[in-house]
Amino acid sequence: MIYFDKVTKRYGDMAALEGVTLSVAPKEFVSIVGHSGAGKTTLLKLLLAEERPSDGTVFFESIDVNDLPSSALHHYRRRIGMVFQDFRLIPNKTAYENIAFAMEAVGRSDSEIRSDVPYILELVNLADKALHFPDQLSGGEKQRIAIGRAIINQPDLIVADEPTGNLDPINTYEVVEILKKINELGTTIIITTHNKGVVDSIGKRVITIDRGKVVRDDAEGKYIL
Amino acid sequence: MTWMPVRRVLVTGWKNFARGGAVSAATVLIMTVTLAIIGTLIFISALLSFTLDTIKEKVDVSVYFVTTASEASIFEVKDQLENLPQVASVTYTSAADALAAFRARHANDQLTLQALDELGGNPLDASLSVRAKDPTQYESIVNYLEALPALSAAGAPIVDRINYAQNKEVIDRLSLAIQATRTIGFAVIIIFAIASILIAFATVRLAIYTAKDEIAVMRLVGASNSYIQGPFIVTGVISGVTAAILVLLLLIPATWYAGAKTAGWFGGFNLADYYASHFVFIFLILMGSAIVLGAVASVLAIRKYLTV
Repeated sequence: MIYFDKVTKRYGDMAALEGVTLSVAPKEFVSIVGHSGAGKTTLLKLLLAEERPSDGTVFFESIDVNDLPSSALHHYRRRIGMVFQDFRLIPNKTAYENIAFAMEAVGRSDSEIRSDVPYILELVNLADKALHFPDQLSGGEKQRIAIGRAIINQPDLIVADEPTGNLDPINTYEVVEILKKINELGTTIIITTHNKGVVDSIGKRVITIDRGKVVRDDAEGKYIL
Repeated sequence: MTWMPVRRVLVTGWKNFARGGAVSAATVLIMTVTLAIIGTLIFISALLSFTLDTIKEKVDVSVYFVTTASEASIFEVKDQLENLPQVASVTYTSAADALAAFRARHANDQLTLQALDELGGNPLDASLSVRAKDPTQYESIVNYLEALPALSAAGAPIVDRINYAQNKEVIDRLSLAIQATRTIGFAVIIIFAIASILIAFATVRLAIYTAKDEIAVMRLVGASNSYIQGPFIVTGVISGVTAAILVLLLLIPATWYAGAKTAGWFGGFNLADYYASHFVFIFLILMGSAIVLGAVASVLAIRKYLTV
């Protein structure tokens, strides 16, 4: 489904990623671990076409992400749900509107939005917070809204960049459980994390990156740095 | 189906404006100041034109005829002058009218009237007062008069004198002053308008800058550039239109207050009357500026956040 072919990304003279080759199959749950500055986020940015590689190629299914013109990027990104460490909810939209926005952006009808958004809010246990603005929600609640937004359009892939980085252990557990459930329903998930507990709890494939290089690719879910 | 995204963009733009709080208020305030400056410049421009036109109307050239010139030959000259494209009006004053006016003007000056009586008869000439459409055209009118063929029945010239020579310097200076005032006034208006537009522009940029993370999220969620831009443009236009309405309302008491004063100071130019008679023009200028300013500033400000 995803294939990084000898991908290098340089910022000036510094290489954030160097000759990375890896592949992710459909329905996999992959954790990418590594120290800060190892290149985890750069890898996700390349996948989302937020950045272009200096060398090598990134494929998403049959799409060469490097070759996507700017005008086609939004179509491509609609196939990927994003979850961020800092939630990145739209501050002047309610929880309901934040999730609905992702549906509006892809042109879904009002009736679809009216039926799907409450369902997703139920799924992330936030039906009673539908009309709350992000600054009225806790960190865990914000992250669950962000996950709701990421899954609302049933994307092929969910990419989560340190999704539990700002959460307490209880909220971390809840978020991991939601992600596992989504994966069990057939969605491919890639997360980056520092949290050994998260990786152990997921118990699936772990890719370790160090100084821009893949140093370990472990199918058994071991967190070793 | 095509109406749906348009409705969503309009609704989202309105919600962004309503929920914008201090950012929306600041944008409206700055745009109000900008539009108030543009509105004020419209009034200053009108006041300037009115004043210059008033001054221009006070300038004329008088053609005095010899006392033997018949009224018919003077009217012949008047007809010829009126046919000139550069002439705005020609007014005839007979010798009797000139005498009556002279007496009226010196009604309190017994010495002058006594001297006039001692002269006997009417020493004053009939005259034509010629007003040009533009002060710079007096020279060509005078040249035309001086080149006229024999004007009396007997072949003798009937024009005694033309007061252009002694007025020439004043007319030339006045023409120059009017032209300079118009040019400088126009330049000042343009500079103020550009400065105020740039300030409004910077404010809209700042408002959009505060939403740059929001724009990045919209992009990552898969929203198209036009779907991201749309609500910001709508918000910019709503800010502009709100500011324009405020300015149009504020101009009512402002022109009413200043109107009586300007009428006294500038020879009858009443700002309130001008506002009432030119309301549609001012409304269109302010509303058009507000919409264009809000929309263009939003489009240009958001563009840099929509790149890959």
